[in-house]
Parts: sequence; structure tokens; C-alpha cells
Amino acid sequence: MEPVSPSLFAAKSYRTPALVLRTHKLGEADRIVVLLTPEHGQVRAVAKGVRRTSSKLGATLEPFMFVDVQLVRGRTLEVVTQAQLRAPYGQALAADYARYTSAHAMAETAERLTETDGESGAAQFRLLHGAVAALARGDTDPGLLLDSYLLRALATAGWAPSFTDCVRCGAPGPHTAVNIPLGGVVCHDCRPAGSQSPAPETVGLLAALLSGDWSRANGSPPGARREAAGIVAGYLQWHLERVVKSLKHVERA
Amino acid sequence: MYEGAVQELIDELGRLPGVGPKSAQRIAFHILEADPEDMKRLSDAIRAVKERVKFCSICFNVSEQETCAICRDPRRDETVLCVVEESKDVMAVERTRSFRGRYHVLGGSINPIAGIGPDQLHIRELLNRLSDDRIEEIIIATDPNLEGEATATYLARMLKTIGIKVTRLASGLPVGGDLEYADEVTLGRAFEGRRSLIG
Ligand SMILES: [Zn+2]
Ligand SMILES: [Zn+2]
Repeated sequence: MEPVSPSLFAAKSYRTPALVLRTHKLGEADRIVVLLTPEHGQVRAVAKGVRRTSSKLGATLEPFMFVDVQLVRGRTLEVVTQAQLRAPYGQALAADYARYTSAHAMAETAERLTETDGESGAAQFRLLHGAVAALARGDTDPGLLLDSYLLRALATAGWAPSFTDCVRCGAPGPHTAVNIPLGGVVCHDCRPAGSQSPAPETVGLLAALLSGDWSRANGSPPGARREAAGIVAGYLQWHLERVVKSLKHVERA
Repeated sequence: MYEGAVQELIDELGRLPGVGPKSAQRIAFHILEADPEDMKRLSDAIRAVKERVKFCSICFNVSEQETCAICRDPRRDETVLCVVEESKDVMAVERTRSFRGRYHVLGGSINPIAGIGPDQLHIRELLNRLSDDRIEEIIIATDPNLEGEATATYLARMLKTIGIKVTRLASGLPVGGDLEYADEVTLGRAFEGRRSLIG
């Protein structure tokens, strides 16, 4: 880094809480870290020398860590000058394979949803933080946490599905047919060809995951969880267009 | 944009890891201005590595023959297998001189966001090697960072059913770093103080 005067440094530098979404190796010993922040949205920053043994920042700037970072604005990428660990979620996640893979799918989705959309940054940050913290606590089925996160992240991005009222005419539910392109359940009259007919408890689970009704979600049978996961994945794919690579590696109970 | 050959070189260089568009341009112009003999040696070295060097059919370390020098060496202890991410890590462990067993190179670490799951690594081949009952211990020496830890978690769980002793390099290695940057003394100590995950 070129030396900068203290006043210039202050003007170009800022401090923010952040979740580390992912890291890429860069050159000899650096990394690019992709961060999600509440006020600045998605930030891509260079962390210099973090792959070397002597680096103190390396352990802090790992995926799924909640950190406070000091950043200096650069032309294409920011530069991390300091980082403090606030919650080492990543550590707990690396010790549990199903949770680790679920966290990847969450981070990849968050990265995609905040790539261009700066508007919903704060909401996306809160949502991901809550989901990653819950994953790390380890008291809920990681598959349910993932599916709930995905539905709510899509809703926050402006693609809220409905699993209660008919998405076409608004007729109050419960309805049994699901149409992914239309965005959720459709009533008997509105039901277009090509709609799915999942089990009623699957539709109930999807509604619970979207609204955060955890007592209902936790009581759901394994078959409904599997079927709901398929519908959530279909819905995600429909809106994100490009495939979420992590999803096929997620280990489900 | 530059004319044909120059732009092609810039584009190719730009696809290398860690080389951005600016560096690609800088390297391309360095090559243009450099001594032709030096650049011929560079291109010969690239060609030779692509033609001659392959991966060992047993451990996936780089090798100029079907199997690598370590797998061919009868003096190496065949009861201990050290699992690493990359061939570079084999060199790092060899430098410590504290390991006399054999290796298994996974080809990376489990990193779903980058599209890498267990099937993209040489994990099935590792399992196949374990049907050889001379192997008594597996030392997991994946990088001391998050992806390396998660890969160790996955391997330990998978190997639990097989009934082989599984160990992980001792803490003391810098967390977040790459194994290849650990100095010989620290890495050697991590080997001696390895802790048991199973068995
Ligand atoms: Zn309707
Ligand atoms: Zn070999």
C-alpha cells in the first residue's frame, strides 16, 4: 500500500461490522474477502498477507465470522487495515458438516442477492446474521434453517412467495397446489397446468418457514422437509437464474 | 485492446490465478521486451510440465512417472498416510523431515460456494487405498483454515466407520493460514503433537 497522510487516510477509511461471506486466494499470500455489511451492503476487500503464518488477521477473516473491520477505500477493492472478531460462528460450523454446507448455501445466496441491490443491504445483513448465528448454535435442523433463510432472503429481495393465500386471486388458503413461477400456492380455480401438488403438511411447513413459526416447523415430518426443500430450491433457482452451486452439496438429514 | 498476438497473451495471462488485467498487461510487455532465450526457456518449461508431469496414480502427488518417487520408495513407512490438500503441502511436510510415511493429495478442500464437494476431491480414492490393511494411521494435514477444518471434520466422520486411527495436526499452526507457509519447526512440532480424532 502506498503511504497516505493521516488526514487523507481518515477521509478514505471507515469502520463497519461485517459478516464474511467467502474468501478467494489472491496472488502469493493475500485474500479477497467478500463481506456483507449493514450500511455499505456487499463489500469486496483485499486482506494482505493473511495466508502467511505471521498474520494476525487470517483467523479473523475466515468465512462466516462476524467481525468489525477497518477498511480503506480503493479504486476497485477496499483494503482491510484492521479486523476484530466479534463472534466466531465459522469455528462451530467447520466442526459440523451439515451446518457447514448449509452456511455455504446461505452465504452464496446472500452474495448473489446483494451483488447489485444496495437497497435491502441492512435487512439482508440482519437476516443472514440471524441465520448463521442459529446454525452455529446448533439446536435446530440446519436444513430447516437454510430453507427458512432462503425464503425470507428472497422475500426481502422483493420476491415474497405466498404459501397461504392464492398468489393469483388472493383467495384465503389453505391451498394444495404450488406454482413456482407464480410464486407460491394457487387455488383450485387459478391452478395452471404444470403446478405441483405437494402434501398438505409440506405447504404448511413452507408457510411456517416463511413466517418463522418454529414450533410448527420443528414438528414437521421428514418427508415434508424433503419436499419443502425441493420447492424452495426451485423457487430460488427461478429468481436467481444462475445456479446456486453450494445447494447440491448441502447435506440434509 | 492490442493487436492479435499481444492481446492473446494478455488474455491468457489474465486467466492465471492472482493475475489481474493490469498485471497481465505488465507481464505481457515484460515478455515482449525480455531476452528471447529467457522466454524460450519459460515456454519450454511450461510445455515440459504439461507433457511430462502428471499426477501419481496412487497418491495424486505430481510425478513424472505413473507413480511418484515417494510411493515408489520402499523405505517409506506404509502404515501411516498423511492427507494433504495439494502437492505443495507434500513439499512443506517433506521439508520438516519428521514424517516418513506416505501421502494422499486431495486436490483441494471442501468448499461448496466454489462448487467443490467431496466428489470433486480424491476422497473415493483415499477410501480405496484403505482397503489395504497395512495402513494403521491417517494423519489429516489439511490447511489450518476454515475449509481445511471442515474437510477434516468430513474425513474424520467418514473414517470413523473403518476402524483406523485418525489424527489431526496439533494446534500451534497459525489459524487462517496455508500449510505451505508454516515454517519447518512449527510444522514438525505439529506432527509430533498430533491429536487423535478417532481410535
Ligand atoms: Zn386463485
Ligand atoms: Zn504417489
